[in-house]
Amino acid sequence: MRSVRKNLREVYVWQLPVRFFHWINAACIIVLCITGYIIGDPPAVQHATPASENYWFGWVRLAHLATGMIFVVNILMRVYWAFAGNRFARWFNFIPLTREQWKSIFATLKVDIFLLTDKPVYDIGHNSLAATTYFGLFVLSVIQALTGFMMMFVTTNNVGAPATTWMLFSMNGFFVVRYIHHFLMWAFVLFMIIHVYLVFYHDYIERNGIASSMIGGWKFIPEWVYRDYEIEIRKECERHHSSEQCKHDEYDPL
Amino acid sequence: MKEKSVYEHLRGKGYSRRDFLKFCGMMAAVMGLQQSGVAQIAEALETKPRVHVIWQHFQECTCCSESFVRASHPLVGKILLELISLDYDDLLMAASGFAAEATKEGSMEENYGKYILCVEGAVPTGSYGYCTLGGVSALDELKRSAEGAAAIIAWGNCACSGCIQAAHPNPTGAKPVHKLITGKPIVNVQGCPPIADVMAAVIVYYTTFGRLPELDNMGRPKMFYRNRIHDTCYRRAFYDAGLFVQSFDDENAKKGYCLYYMGCKGPNTFNSCGSMRWNDCISYPIQSGHPCIGCAEPGYFDQEPFYSHLPSVHGIGIEATADKIGAAATVATLAGVSIHAVVTNIQKRKLIRNEENNVKTDESDGN
Repeated sequence: MRSVRKNLREVYVWQLPVRFFHWINAACIIVLCITGYIIGDPPAVQHATPASENYWFGWVRLAHLATGMIFVVNILMRVYWAFAGNRFARWFNFIPLTREQWKSIFATLKVDIFLLTDKPVYDIGHNSLAATTYFGLFVLSVIQALTGFMMMFVTTNNVGAPATTWMLFSMNGFFVVRYIHHFLMWAFVLFMIIHVYLVFYHDYIERNGIASSMIGGWKFIPEWVYRDYEIEIRKECERHHSSEQCKHDEYDPL
Repeated sequence: MKEKSVYEHLRGKGYSRRDFLKFCGMMAAVMGLQQSGVAQIAEALETKPRVHVIWQHFQECTCCSESFVRASHPLVGKILLELISLDYDDLLMAASGFAAEATKEGSMEENYGKYILCVEGAVPTGSYGYCTLGGVSALDELKRSAEGAAAIIAWGNCACSGCIQAAHPNPTGAKPVHKLITGKPIVNVQGCPPIADVMAAVIVYYTTFGRLPELDNMGRPKMFYRNRIHDTCYRRAFYDAGLFVQSFDDENAKKGYCLYYMGCKGPNTFNSCGSMRWNDCISYPIQSGHPCIGCAEPGYFDQEPFYSHLPSVHGIGIEATADKIGAAATVATLAGVSIHAVVTNIQKRKLIRNEENNVKTDESDGN
């Protein structure tokens, strides 16, 4: 048995709501892509029975619409958690506003995407590139939800119907909206491929338990990364509190 | 001299009171009014003079006029042209040349601020030479006749959203009325052409109530463009059952299955075809076995091919739809990650074999 890395520390990174969000979101996206594709391009099904005895296309649409609702509520929950969760779940991870984030984005691109250097970039939570991508996915999700609601509510009495119908007509009706909704579905497909590949990639070369971290919430972090991080957190703490408070043993940087 | 009311005018033309009331009843039914609405319409038409109408033709095919004069019920068709005082319509009027122009000028001056401007056709903005009337460009003509209009009725897809003239690449720079005229109430009576009964009802509504019907934010009268064709389609049951026509000559087409798969734009199109139908309420495209092409929606000519649900993507050079592009991008991405995986195994072999000491890390750098 070979054991190389010592000094690894287990860190609880993904809280329960984050993990729930992730898997519900993943399931929703898969169901929405499949049912959405079927709605856009239905397979040729032949029946010997009359229409009154069949409803499969209706069920597919129901599945799509219901899943869309779960998708949206799930995202709303995550948006709440972006303000209530731990520092790895907070909103500022996802929007690259600081110099450090951009530096980290370029470093990650160099190391993990263009494979220009061996030197890994270690982050405890999301790396900046991944987090920014997730923000992009969030924006796409909002567009998908809005265009979906525009098409779904238009002939209903839903409370959102006046607003979404106004939006639908402001965008010149169904053609444009349907097209955007259909086109963006492929962006989710591409995202899924790259996302799953990169999880495999990181787990393969870094062996930090990234794949299982989304199940249990724990990651293996090298001790020195954690230490650097702890120092950083303490500095941040000292900006707001007395240094006595921040040195306190019970102080948990995470 | 007091102007004759619509009713007096009709009586003068030989219509009986019974014909008149039947017409009022039909119009109330079309507009979906309750029974008292019939009396309201009758009273208005008995007391109010005919609305003066200036009818302009720009870049169009006259299908709106054709539809208008062929209103479904013969009675409606006959009365419709009596209902309005069509002071100028270069297509239908007997006069021509200077005489016609003089009539128009006279009417516009006399009824300034009161007449209705009906516009059929899009207006070219590329070069004024693309469409002129009596030596005046369509744009100038529109602006001048819109000046004194109480309201503008844009007939058909051309005047509402440009129709085929404004389709990609729009060589004449054709624009619909609402993009050229501001500050006037404009009602968009969509369709290519609009349903005649809808056209009639818009005019009757204006005569009766003295205002335009309630519009949605695309400028269409809500009472006729509230539902999609899809929502009133008698083939809807086949849609929900997933029973689709696969080609025009197959067994499913004979059974009258849903035409969604054939590119039917019914689910995208707001119009009354499904409930009011055409040609004396005989049929509408879907009932005749042809998918709806969405002629009451802006930009429907850019949604070609008509017989597939997703339009081609312009500007790529090859025939491509969103699905083809998406599938190609998926294949490219899969290829990309495969290559990335191979290169990773070569480039990062030391890291993978856990030869950490040979890897330059921050740890070996700093700590």
